[in-house]
Amino acid sequence: MKWSEWKAAICKNGPAAALVCFLLLLWEVAARRINAAYILPAPEQILARLWELREPLFAAHLPATMEVVLIGLLISVLLGVGLAVLMDLSPMAEKALYPLIVASQTIPVTALAPLFVLWFGYSIWSRVLVTVLMTFFPVAITVYDGFRSVRTDMKELMLSFGASGRQIFFKLKLPAVLPYFFSALRMAVPISVIGAAIGEWLGAQCGLGYFSRRMMTQLDGAGVFAPVLLLSLAAMLMVAAVGCIEAVLIHWRND
Amino acid sequence: MSGQAVLRFCDVRFQYASEAFSIIDRLSFQIQRGEFVSVIGASGCGKSTIFRLVNQLLIPAEGEILVDGLPIAGRRRYCGYMPQQDLLFPWRTVAENVRLPLEIQGGRTQAEMNRLTEEALQSVGLFGQGAKAPRELSGGMRQRAAFARTLLTGSELLLLDEPFSALDYLTRLSMREWLLKQWERERKTVLFITHDVEEAVFLSTRILAVETSPIRKLRSIEVPLLFPRTAASLQRPEATELKEELIRLLRKEPS
Repeated sequence: MKWSEWKAAICKNGPAAALVCFLLLLWEVAARRINAAYILPAPEQILARLWELREPLFAAHLPATMEVVLIGLLISVLLGVGLAVLMDLSPMAEKALYPLIVASQTIPVTALAPLFVLWFGYSIWSRVLVTVLMTFFPVAITVYDGFRSVRTDMKELMLSFGASGRQIFFKLKLPAVLPYFFSALRMAVPISVIGAAIGEWLGAQCGLGYFSRRMMTQLDGAGVFAPVLLLSLAAMLMVAAVGCIEAVLIHWRND
Repeated sequence: MSGQAVLRFCDVRFQYASEAFSIIDRLSFQIQRGEFVSVIGASGCGKSTIFRLVNQLLIPAEGEILVDGLPIAGRRRYCGYMPQQDLLFPWRTVAENVRLPLEIQGGRTQAEMNRLTEEALQSVGLFGQGAKAPRELSGGMRQRAAFARTLLTGSELLLLDEPFSALDYLTRLSMREWLLKQWERERKTVLFITHDVEEAVFLSTRILAVETSPIRKLRSIEVPLLFPRTAASLQRPEATELKEELIRLLRKEPS
């Protein structure tokens, strides 16, 4: 990396990094003054606890949560994209589905989660359902917006070449919607992590959300924060991975 | 002569749903094989509506449009269309954009499509530029790529809708000289929309002037300039006289 690239990276990320350092310092000072780790553990205490709990967290609970996140994300993407395609293909489906999809977001998922535990027990599916209910919406709406933004003049050009509806879908709409799909994915990833954690909080026998709740009952403040820190890191890493794939596939985003 | 007409409008009437009158009102005209005909008229007079009717993007309320003596209703791929903007798809390379009409038509091998695409790129002076992204080309080069794409529709009738209007003045001048050379070589039948009088006089064998709004008839004016033409041809007295006549016509309040 050249000096000019370092300089550009510092200019870009420096202010955010400085603010994070300042807030962490503030937190550390406040925690030490309050001196009640069960209410507000210091960042340094959280890191120490994360190290102490590394075995159960990394070997059992992180994989359990990631399993829910990945299954929930996969179902959400399939469902969201499927609904968006259906609404694009059929105006009748759009009229029927769009209000329902929007209304689905008024459902208080956290209040219903215990019901899902009754339906599915402590199996993975109650947590997956919470994740899907929270995640499919931004995918469906953003991808559908992408379909609506496909340029009419490009579609008309293809029609003038004699293109069929199928050809217009695969050669124009699908590539035109890809940037929207990746935007949706970048939104969906953190939401799916939150959804999985909420599902685990409300009814599970493993996972980072479950572990965090268990530490709460033991008044272990640092133990509550340690899995939350892992959840945030997992979400950030996944969003970064999506960003990398997007940068390779969507080379035309700013054209 | 009517036996050689490539395009015929027979008493065509069209009305936009949002308007109280027919913008095209019982219009009849015809274009002979090998002609380069420019339609000129003030902005918003309905010139582009004529193109959209030929493309079947709009359907006439009455009358019939024939291409090569046959009604266009239900037919595809009888004309090549080049819009005002180049509309090159940013996710495709230049070559992939140019070959789009061939992909839509189907029935050709990859090798054959590649060969035809290379030939088309060469004919418009873009040999070796096929692997580039559209953003890497200048405005004039992009329009030439769009013209190559129009040529690959294989249609005898080309509809060019103000293809140079988005270019700067100097690029416009060189593009119209380039287009004239292309036409002299290919001798396709061209229907060209412009509101640039000089462009119309320089390029056309005949000009159809929109005198009335709604369009009931088009005034046909033969261009008295011999081929090959150069920029100096526009300085000839008959060209100057024709330009002045056309400007007078366009300045007249539509009756």
